[in-house]
Amino acid sequence: MSIISFEDVFETINMIKEENLDIRTITMGISLYDCAGDDVDTVCERIYDKITDKARDLVKVGCDIEKQYGIPIINKRVSVTPIALLGGRYTKDDYVKIAKTLDRAAKALGINFIGGFSALVQKGFTDNSRNLIAAIPEALASTERVCSSVNVASTKAGINMDAVAIMGDIIKETAYLTRDDQSLGCAKLVVFANAPEDNPFMAGAFHGVGEAETVINVGVSGPGVVSSAIKRAGDCNFSELADVIKKTAFKITRMGQLVATEASKRLGVPFGIVDLSLAPTPAVGDSVAHILEGMGLERCGTHGTTAALAMLNDAVKKGGVMASSHVGGLSGAFIPVSEDAGMIDAVECGALSIEKLEAMTAVCSVGLDMIAVPGDTSAATVCGIIADEISIGVANTKTTAVRIIPAYGKSVGEAVEFGGLLGYAPIMRVSEYSCADFIARGGRIPAPIHSLKN
Amino acid sequence: MNAIITVVGKDGKGIIASVSARCAEVGANIVEISQTVLKDYFAMIMLIDISELNMPFTDFVDDMRRLGESRDLDIRAMHEDIFNSMHKI
Repeated sequence: MSIISFEDVFETINMIKEENLDIRTITMGISLYDCAGDDVDTVCERIYDKITDKARDLVKVGCDIEKQYGIPIINKRVSVTPIALLGGRYTKDDYVKIAKTLDRAAKALGINFIGGFSALVQKGFTDNSRNLIAAIPEALASTERVCSSVNVASTKAGINMDAVAIMGDIIKETAYLTRDDQSLGCAKLVVFANAPEDNPFMAGAFHGVGEAETVINVGVSGPGVVSSAIKRAGDCNFSELADVIKKTAFKITRMGQLVATEASKRLGVPFGIVDLSLAPTPAVGDSVAHILEGMGLERCGTHGTTAALAMLNDAVKKGGVMASSHVGGLSGAFIPVSEDAGMIDAVECGALSIEKLEAMTAVCSVGLDMIAVPGDTSAATVCGIIADEISIGVANTKTTAVRIIPAYGKSVGEAVEFGGLLGYAPIMRVSEYSCADFIARGGRIPAPIHSLKN
Repeated sequence: MNAIITVVGKDGKGIIASVSARCAEVGANIVEISQTVLKDYFAMIMLIDISELNMPFTDFVDDMRRLGESRDLDIRAMHEDIFNSMHKI
């Protein structure tokens, strides 16, 4: 064929049909600053009206683009201004009311998640952020589609250990209140360091402080495509392997850029960023762990895993960056345990532990994501896990996050099963030794120095 | 404005005829066809001009999918931009 070659056409078709290539999400960011007010009912009304007006065509446009280009677009979502930053004075109950309003708006739009029930407390709490955080367990238990996140640290501010301490209790309470759904609420709650303001992926998406009135951000996916490319490359050295990954990432990202540009044009909303993430799903052939194993590891989690992941993450970024005019969000390989068939297998056979996952997060996107731990894990231990992970982000000037599920009533050897994209998580072992006295100190861990690098 | 139709499946009589007949009915002009048969396996790419299509392209996509299902073939119609963006710098 004179314009596009036979091979190129079938390569694209094969990526979509056999290798699970898809656009993971088109996320519309919406500013809610102008919804502020003194009376919470008026504020809720404004929020509902604004979201359902601005995003009214989001799902339809997503579906049309999906059909036009023949590329599946799995999720259409909305992120909003961190709710704790809305002007006005709100009580804990007011915030629950706002969460329910967000949920209602999400249902009206037909989107599966709405992000931004969030607070930014890296340096300290406002009264509003304190009340919002206190409302998180009830908000997540009484809504279906609302996602919440709290940024507790940044490289410039250090770590707000008071916030870390509170989040331990909040996560435990959320697990308890959603115990009938296997503590599902915790799957919609992220604790961040250096949270990105333009992330399109849930549960951590929110519409950042410096963002425009509305914006379109797109998250691509494609672990299956990378995995197959590595398989095809066969026995080659790391330089060649990195090239294979870069080329694949370039193609995947170009598709993301095309969809983002088209969505932005059709919705009349500015294009923000493409997030270059390798986001796995529990489906067979859509696993980041299997990419690492395809590089020559017997099991994800064995020695060499961190090196393999570092190389993968770097090559994905290098390949993707040239393919998009604006890159942002979390951009890198995701390693959520419950959402990745290979990770689940690695945990179940004992190859992958929380400690190894923590090391892996030092070189890739996000952090300890979708890990289930025993229901009787103490709040202090949850805080210790958060503090460790957040420190990696702060010290390395990168985003890290914790999405942990202390599954109520469950212990090691059991599992939680959420189904769908959230998947299945075997309960992982945590250290039996206490860090309670460390967490109880409170205050802030100072920001790290960025010279004298060692 | 162009789109690409791909047809993959077991070879049989009249595959090209049925696809091109449908294209003619809805105002899609065939620009180029490339096809190959490997053993009993049929693969075809058809470049069509859709600027005078008399129905929304998204409906045409469904139409082609249904045509494929009725003949046990995988038929996809996709806007050419996805291939251009992926394979050309």
